[in-house]
Amino acid sequence: MSRRLNEDVIKSLLLVCAFFSMIIIFLIIIFLFKEGLEAFTYTNVFDFLTGTEWVPKNNIYGAAPFIISSLFVTAGAIIIAVPIGILTAIFMAEIAPSSVREIVKPAIELLAGIPSVIYGLFGLIIIVKYIRITLDIPSGETILAGSVILAIMILPTIISISEDAIRQVPRAYKEGSCALGATHWESIRRIIVPSASSGIMASIILGVGRAIGETMAVVLVVGNVEKIPTSFFDAGEPLTSTILLEMGEAAVGSAHYHSIFALGIFLFVIVMILNIASNFWLGRGVRHG
Amino acid sequence: MVRMEIKDVNLWYGSFHALKDINMDIYKNKVTAFIGPSGCGKSTLIRCLNRMNDLIDGVKTTGEILLDGKNIYDKDVDVVKLRKDVGMVFQKPNPFPISIYDNITYGPKLHGVKDKGKLKEIVESNLKGAALWNEVKDILDQNAMSISGGQQQRVCIARCLAIEPEVILFDEPCSALDPISTGKIEDLIIKLKKDYTIVIVTHNMQQAARISDYTGYFYLGNLMEFNKTKKIFTNPDNPQTENYITGKFG
Amino acid sequence: MDRHTKDKLMKGILWASAILTIAVLLIIIGFIVVKGSPAISWEFLTTKPLRSGRLGGIYPAIIGTIYLAGMAVIVATPIGVGGALFLTEFTREGKITKAIRFGADTLNGIPSIIFGLFGFSFLVFYLGLGISILSGGLTLAFMILPTIFRASEEAIRAVPIWDKEGSYALGASKLQTIWKVVMPQSVSGIVTGIILGLGRAAGETAPIIFTAAILNPVLPKSIMQPTMALPAHLYTLTSEGISMENAFGTALVLIVMVLIFNFAVSIIRKKKSIRR
Ligand SMILES: Nc1ncnc2c1ncn2[C@@H]1O[C@H](COP(=O)(O)OP(=O)(O)O)[C@@H](O)[C@H]1O
Ligand SMILES: [Mg+2]
Repeated sequence: MSRRLNEDVIKSLLLVCAFFSMIIIFLIIIFLFKEGLEAFTYTNVFDFLTGTEWVPKNNIYGAAPFIISSLFVTAGAIIIAVPIGILTAIFMAEIAPSSVREIVKPAIELLAGIPSVIYGLFGLIIIVKYIRITLDIPSGETILAGSVILAIMILPTIISISEDAIRQVPRAYKEGSCALGATHWESIRRIIVPSASSGIMASIILGVGRAIGETMAVVLVVGNVEKIPTSFFDAGEPLTSTILLEMGEAAVGSAHYHSIFALGIFLFVIVMILNIASNFWLGRGVRHG
Repeated sequence: MVRMEIKDVNLWYGSFHALKDINMDIYKNKVTAFIGPSGCGKSTLIRCLNRMNDLIDGVKTTGEILLDGKNIYDKDVDVVKLRKDVGMVFQKPNPFPISIYDNITYGPKLHGVKDKGKLKEIVESNLKGAALWNEVKDILDQNAMSISGGQQQRVCIARCLAIEPEVILFDEPCSALDPISTGKIEDLIIKLKKDYTIVIVTHNMQQAARISDYTGYFYLGNLMEFNKTKKIFTNPDNPQTENYITGKFG
Repeated sequence: MDRHTKDKLMKGILWASAILTIAVLLIIIGFIVVKGSPAISWEFLTTKPLRSGRLGGIYPAIIGTIYLAGMAVIVATPIGVGGALFLTEFTREGKITKAIRFGADTLNGIPSIIFGLFGFSFLVFYLGLGISILSGGLTLAFMILPTIFRASEEAIRAVPIWDKEGSYALGASKLQTIWKVVMPQSVSGIVTGIILGLGRAAGETAPIIFTAAILNPVLPKSIMQPTMALPAHLYTLTSEGISMENAFGTALVLIVMVLIFNFAVSIIRKKKSIRR
């Protein structure tokens, strides 16, 4: 009897633990929206998202410069990271001798473990400077610098998930292809990679989510100018940077404060959609038919 | 006429000695069967004949395998060309997860056929060659994974025929199939013998007896006996072979 | 192009991209080590910063980071392990387990700056915990919960079923079996998760800035007080251009911590795979 009772008590405790992530997500949604939706009593949603000026002292809140900066930086990161990431994943799954793999794998994990603020420091001192000198522009603090740093940061995500997906492709496909006289690369290109395409897609989407939500690395290198960027060589200020930079100065409960949370809502919703999309692609697994 | 000669072949998986001093001839336009208990090295040997074992890490092969007098393990041999000449059908049907049509054209396209009309012709003639045309002619753009196992295996045979090989290797092609599909594939193999040299691994004695002209009996990496199938099944030289064939062991 | 040449060329490109990835890692670490080591001294590690960090050391930031990451792990570990136990031992694969895993994955994907906003509005403000080690530690705990949860799940799942059945066959209850059979066998996997969580918590910056960090170089006396922290200090030194030398010194300390954690994890994993 008491054994049974004991077990039931423990079981309900563990149940709470198991759903703790869910609980936190709900709390995040509640508090983000509680603080953020308030902003739309001052500015309507459409103006908020499309307004091109953000002047807190005049209570003007248009988030377009930040949204466009975020999109720019992320697009650049994806353009750089996707080819390198997928090629490295193919290398890891198909080419690397196991001795090489044993070195590269932990190195990639380490790349994922480096704190983002250190990427920011590195980006500021090396990449920003390099961009300024090679492109001969007045300041290297550009969207491009942010993209390069983000690309490095999302590489591990793209590599590890794509590698897993490629590994899951049945060996029989590869053997079948080679037995028909395909070279290794032809088998990779025509059979193996297409069969793993859902997982690779998931890795890219997850990479986009990571990139768009990253703060510390980006804020140090993009220049933080509240202007809509028109090229990769412009400075910009992504959503995350604005939130970081302005939270300190916004009085709690002010329109400014609520507007920052509204940026948070927007970011949250985008990342949520990306995560769910990525999960969907992952769930499709290896292509069988 | 001898098509392939296997000379003093030894093979190791790491330190495991899987094939020991194998010597045998593969005759042109004949079916040669490899039989023996599971794990005796049949697949390992058949995979030597198109160098599929190259894909496995840590495999070491010594000896020679001649195809029309040329050692396929020579340095200057183009493995891609070899595999085009020596086609292979696997134990488990392994069509690619693409359309039936694309499965058949996969090889020809790699080897340089681009003309649409020509490809269409290839698809039709080889599906006919694999006795599958009538069953799939209306569903050519359907995914090859969606048809039955026996049909999948015949897609694999058709796609192998499409690269115009001279030798075809079958590694237990029927072990995953039902009796009716098995019968169809056996008939097909007998028919194919006219144009191709065929090697088949099987663990099914009756199958070996029904379709092969020569049979090699393997045991623990050794070729115990190699002879005309009739002789092996009626009056083998090696008493062990007899025991295996009559089911006393194995 | 000839098919064989193309094959060789593409393999060359595959090697090159892997080498590039590794080179980037080595450059970053090498760069921090080279630029950071001049700043490192016993004094740097054991004294307070002076003049906003232009001079002096980073002692309070080291201590603060230990407090914050320690607190995060202390809070997240029981929840993560408990959740993993529920998932593996108390329920069958189905809608519930899917929902639980989806929750963890989703939480894992939420950007750290959002955690910062949440920690500020919920913990600092709504619950009134103020800018404090407690607020920061809890925020970090929420962030690293999925890491610990997933690692624990994997470790517990790896315990062979026959070991558990053996225990039940001897008349042990479920709780006894978990305590005596499941936990001892999965402890190294769980520790791996904890160390990974520790590494992540120590390096996170944005959530700390909103919930726990101050620039004032005082040592906290209780968890209700704010504190300095390494990543936040590093950010301030860098963004305000206070002292690049000290910024690199701080970065080096932080990266050495991460390296040690990673090293520990790989040793644990190696030991485990040998024992199997
Ligand atoms: N990739 C491999 N690595 C190591 N050993 C292998 C490998 N493939 C087969 N073997 C071993 O070689 C022996 C022969 O295998 P195989 O040729 O597949 O036997 P068969 O096809 O006659 O059943 C077996 O003992 C098997 O365990
Ligand atoms: Mg076999």
